Amino acid sequence: MTTVAQYNFAYLDEQTKRMIRRAILKAVAVPGYQVPFSSREMPMPYGWGTGGVQVTASIIGPSDVLKVIDQGADDTTNAVSIRAFFAKVAQVETTTRTAEATIIQTRHRIPEKPLGKGQILVYQVPIPEPLRYLEPRETETRKMHALEEYGLMHVKLYEDIARHGRIATTFAYPVKVEGRYVMDPSPTPKFDNPKMHMSAALQLFGAGREHRIYAVPPHTEVVSLDFEDHPFTIQHFPEPCALCGAREVYLDEVILDDHGGHMFVCSDTDHCEDRRAAGHVGPLGVAQKAAE
Amino acid sequence: MTTEQPLLRVSNLAKYYGSRLGCADVSFELWPGEVLAIVGESGSGKTTLLNSLSATLEPSAGETLYRMRDGQWRNIYDLSEAERRFLVRTDWGFVHQNPADGLRMTVSAGANVGERLMAVGDRHYGNIRATALDWLGRVEIAADRIDDQPRSFSGGMRQRLQIARNLVTGPRLVFMDEPTGGLDVSVQARLLDLLRGLVGELGLAAIVVTHDLAVARLLSHRMMVMKDGHVIEAGLTDRVLDDPREPYTQLLVSSILQV
Amino acid sequence: MYVAVKGGEAAIANAHALLADRRRGDRSVPGLRLDQIIQQMGLAVDRTMGEGSLYDTELAALALVQARGDLIEAIFLVRAFRTTLPRFGYSNPVRTEAMLIERRISATFKDLPGGQMLGPTFDYTHRLLDAGILDDVVPAPVARPAEDAAAPRVTDLLGRQGLIEPDGETDPDRPVGDLTREPLDFPLDRDLRLQALARGDEGFLLALAYSTQRGYGRNHPFVGEIRIGEVEVEFDVPELGFAVNLGRIRVTECQMVNQFKGSAKVPPQFTRGYGLVFGQAERKAMAMSLVDRALRARELGEDIVAPAQDEEFVISHSDNVQATGFVEHLKLPHYVDFQADLDLIRRMRAEHDAAALKEAAE
Repeated sequence: MTTVAQYNFAYLDEQTKRMIRRAILKAVAVPGYQVPFSSREMPMPYGWGTGGVQVTASIIGPSDVLKVIDQGADDTTNAVSIRAFFAKVAQVETTTRTAEATIIQTRHRIPEKPLGKGQILVYQVPIPEPLRYLEPRETETRKMHALEEYGLMHVKLYEDIARHGRIATTFAYPVKVEGRYVMDPSPTPKFDNPKMHMSAALQLFGAGREHRIYAVPPHTEVVSLDFEDHPFTIQHFPEPCALCGAREVYLDEVILDDHGGHMFVCSDTDHCEDRRAAGHVGPLGVAQKAAE
Repeated sequence: MTTEQPLLRVSNLAKYYGSRLGCADVSFELWPGEVLAIVGESGSGKTTLLNSLSATLEPSAGETLYRMRDGQWRNIYDLSEAERRFLVRTDWGFVHQNPADGLRMTVSAGANVGERLMAVGDRHYGNIRATALDWLGRVEIAADRIDDQPRSFSGGMRQRLQIARNLVTGPRLVFMDEPTGGLDVSVQARLLDLLRGLVGELGLAAIVVTHDLAVARLLSHRMMVMKDGHVIEAGLTDRVLDDPREPYTQLLVSSILQV
Repeated sequence: MYVAVKGGEAAIANAHALLADRRRGDRSVPGLRLDQIIQQMGLAVDRTMGEGSLYDTELAALALVQARGDLIEAIFLVRAFRTTLPRFGYSNPVRTEAMLIERRISATFKDLPGGQMLGPTFDYTHRLLDAGILDDVVPAPVARPAEDAAAPRVTDLLGRQGLIEPDGETDPDRPVGDLTREPLDFPLDRDLRLQALARGDEGFLLALAYSTQRGYGRNHPFVGEIRIGEVEVEFDVPELGFAVNLGRIRVTECQMVNQFKGSAKVPPQFTRGYGLVFGQAERKAMAMSLVDRALRARELGEDIVAPAQDEEFVISHSDNVQATGFVEHLKLPHYVDFQADLDLIRRMRAEHDAAALKEAAE
C-alpha cells in the first residue's frame, strides 16, 4: 500500500507554485489579459473555487491572515470549506474581519469596506472569457483580444437596450482594464464594479477549470462598458439593511414567511456585524447587547 | 469616374489546391465605382478567385494591390491580420450567397447593421440606432422590424439586411458571391434593382460572382468569363454579351433567355 | 427577531459524519477489503486508473470504496492525489507489439501471424442474470499452449505494403506534450489530443464515437486490431545511458483502420485512429480510436461538419472531473447574482405594469 500522502505547505508542490506565480506575475504585468496556466486537479471540484484556491496556495505564506467569503458571507458552506482547507494544509491564521486579512479569497462579492495597500483579493472565476457567450471558440476569442476587436461586446449591450430599454446585465458585467483588455470581473454583481477601479489592493483572478489567471494591479483603471447615452449604473436598494441600517451596500433578500414577507440584509456579513457592534441598528434589528 | 487611379490591381493571381487548379493567370484592374462580374459555371474557379481577391484564401502565386484610403498601395496578402480584419470591416464588404453566413442570426436587425459601427468605436446608442434605421429604410425594410431577428425575415429581406450591414461603414469595395442565388425570380428582380441603385448612388466598386448572365447584364460594367480556372474572355458587359468572341461564351450566352 | 443563518462549519462536519456512516452501511455486513475489489471489481478499478491517469490498483480500489462505488468521484480522488506526485520524467513509448497478449482480435483478417485470441471477454456471453456465480465455484480456465510466433500489429502488416498511412514520426528532440503540466492551446498536436482522450470520460467518448457511425462525421472504420495484455514500461536514466525497466502494466490498445479516398494533400489509403487505455477497457479504447480518427479531419483536409470532428468541442468537454465539478457547482449559493436578476425583473415588471395601466387609462 502506498504510504499516506504527505502534502507540502499549502498543498501544492513548490514547482507548481512557481509555475503559478510566474503566471500571476505575467498577469500583473499585462492587466486584464488572461494568462494560460497549467491548472492542477485540486481536492475540491472544478467550479468550486479551484482557480482561486490555486492562486491563494501559491501566494500564501505562514504569516498571512486569510479571509474567505462566498456571496459576501464568511459562513456559507463553501467559504467554510475553503477556509478549513487552508487552516489545515497551511496552518495560517484565518479571520472573518476584512480589515485584518492580508489575503481575501472571494466568490461573487467584493467586501464593502474599501481594501487597502498590501491586501490581495483573490477571485474565484467560473468562465474567464467575457466574449465566451458571444463567440464559443477559444481560437477566435484569443484573436479578438489580440486585435482589440470588442465591437461584439457592445452588440450585446445594444441588444439589451433595444429589448429591455436598459443594459440588462446585472452581474459579470464586462469591464475594460487600463484602456486595453476587456475582462470578466467574475460573477460579482455590477454593484461591485466601481470598487475594482483604482483599488489600492492587488486583485487576482483564478479560473481553474478553464486554466486562466488574470489580474488587476493596484491603482489600475477599470471601466465598465456602456454607451454614452446609456451610462453604466449600479443597483440601488430602496430600503436599508434590516439589521444594521446600512444604505448603499449590497443586500440579500430573506424570505420571512409564505405570505410574501421579506426583508433585506447586508450580503457582506462582516460589514454588518461591524456596524452593529458600533451601535447601528436597522428597522428589524436589535441593539447588539440584547441580541447576544 | 473622376479618380485617375484604379482601386485594385490584380496580377498573375493563381490558386492551387495541392496539384488541382483553382484558378490561374488572373490579371485585371478595377476602378472606383466600377462593377465587375465574374461569370462561369460551377467549378470554373470563380468562387476561388473571389475568395482570393477578398483575402479569404491565400493564393499560391501573384499579388493583389489595393489602394488604401490614405492613397498607399498595399499587397493585401502582406497585410497583418489586424490590418486585414480592419479593412474587411470598414473599407470592404462581403455579401454572401447565403445571408446566414454574413449575418448574426440571433441578433436583432438593428444590431446587425450597427455592429460595424460599434466595431470602429461608435459608442452612442441613439446615433447607432438612428443610422441603423436609416439603412433599413434604404434597403426597404420597415422600421418596425428593427428589433426583430433575421431568423424571422424572408430570404429577400435577409439578403437586403446583409447588404445594409455591409454598406453602413461606407466601404469603397464590395465583394458579392451569387447575391441573388437563393431567391425567387420576382424577389431577385427587386434585389437587383435595389443593388443597382445603391451601387450607383454610393459610387461603389464591386466584384460580383454569378452564374447568372442576367445578373451580370443588370449590375456590371465589365465582365470576365471563367472556364477551368482561367479567364477566357473579358470586356465591357454589353460587348461580351452581345458579341461574344469565344465559342464557350457564345454557348453560355445562347443557353440563357435574352434580357 | 431574525438571526442570520450560521453554523456552516458544524453542518459540514455533521454531513460528512453521515456520509461516512452511509458509506460503511450496516456494520454487521463485513467491510470490503481492497483485494476483493481489485480481484472481483477489476474493470471498475481499470476505469478508475485510466480516467484517473494513475496506474495503481490499490489506490484505485481505495478510491472506489471511499467513493461508495461512484466512478467519477473515485476518478476525482485519484486525480487529486496524482497531481501532487513529483514528476521524474517521461517513460519511453510502450512497445505494444511486444505485449504479453491475453486477448487479441482483428476484424480485418481472418487469420494472421500470432493468431486471434478471444481472452476474457463478455462477447458472446448471453446476458442472463446468473445467481449461480454466488456459489463461488468457478473451474479453472483452460490455458492455450503458448505460441512462439510473434504477433505483429495489424497496422504494421498493412504498413509494410504501403496501404496505410505511416504512423507519423515524432521529432525525438521535441518535448512530450503533457496537458497536466502545460495549459491546452488549441489547435492541439495529436499527442496531446490522445492524452486528453485517454483520460476522457468513457460515456462521452462512446456517445461521440457512436455519432460518427450514425453519420455525424462518418469515417468508415474497421477494427484492425484490439489487443489486451501486459507491456513493459521503460525509463531512460540519463546518468546510466540505457533504459531501465520499471515494471509491467496492463493496457488495451485499439487500432482502427479507416477507409480514406484521398484529398488534395494525401493519396487514397487507409488511415488510422488510435486508442490506448490503462487496464482492460475495450469499449473505451474503441471509442477513443474512433474519436481520434474523427478529430484528424483538419489534418487530413476533411470538412469539419460534426461534433466529433470539432477538437475544441470534444477536448474541452471530455474530462469528467471538470464536467462534474462545473455542473455540480450550480448547487453552490448564487444568492448575490440571483438578487441582482430579481431586482432587474421587478423593475422591468413595474415599468411594464405601469405602461399597461397608462394604456388602459387612455
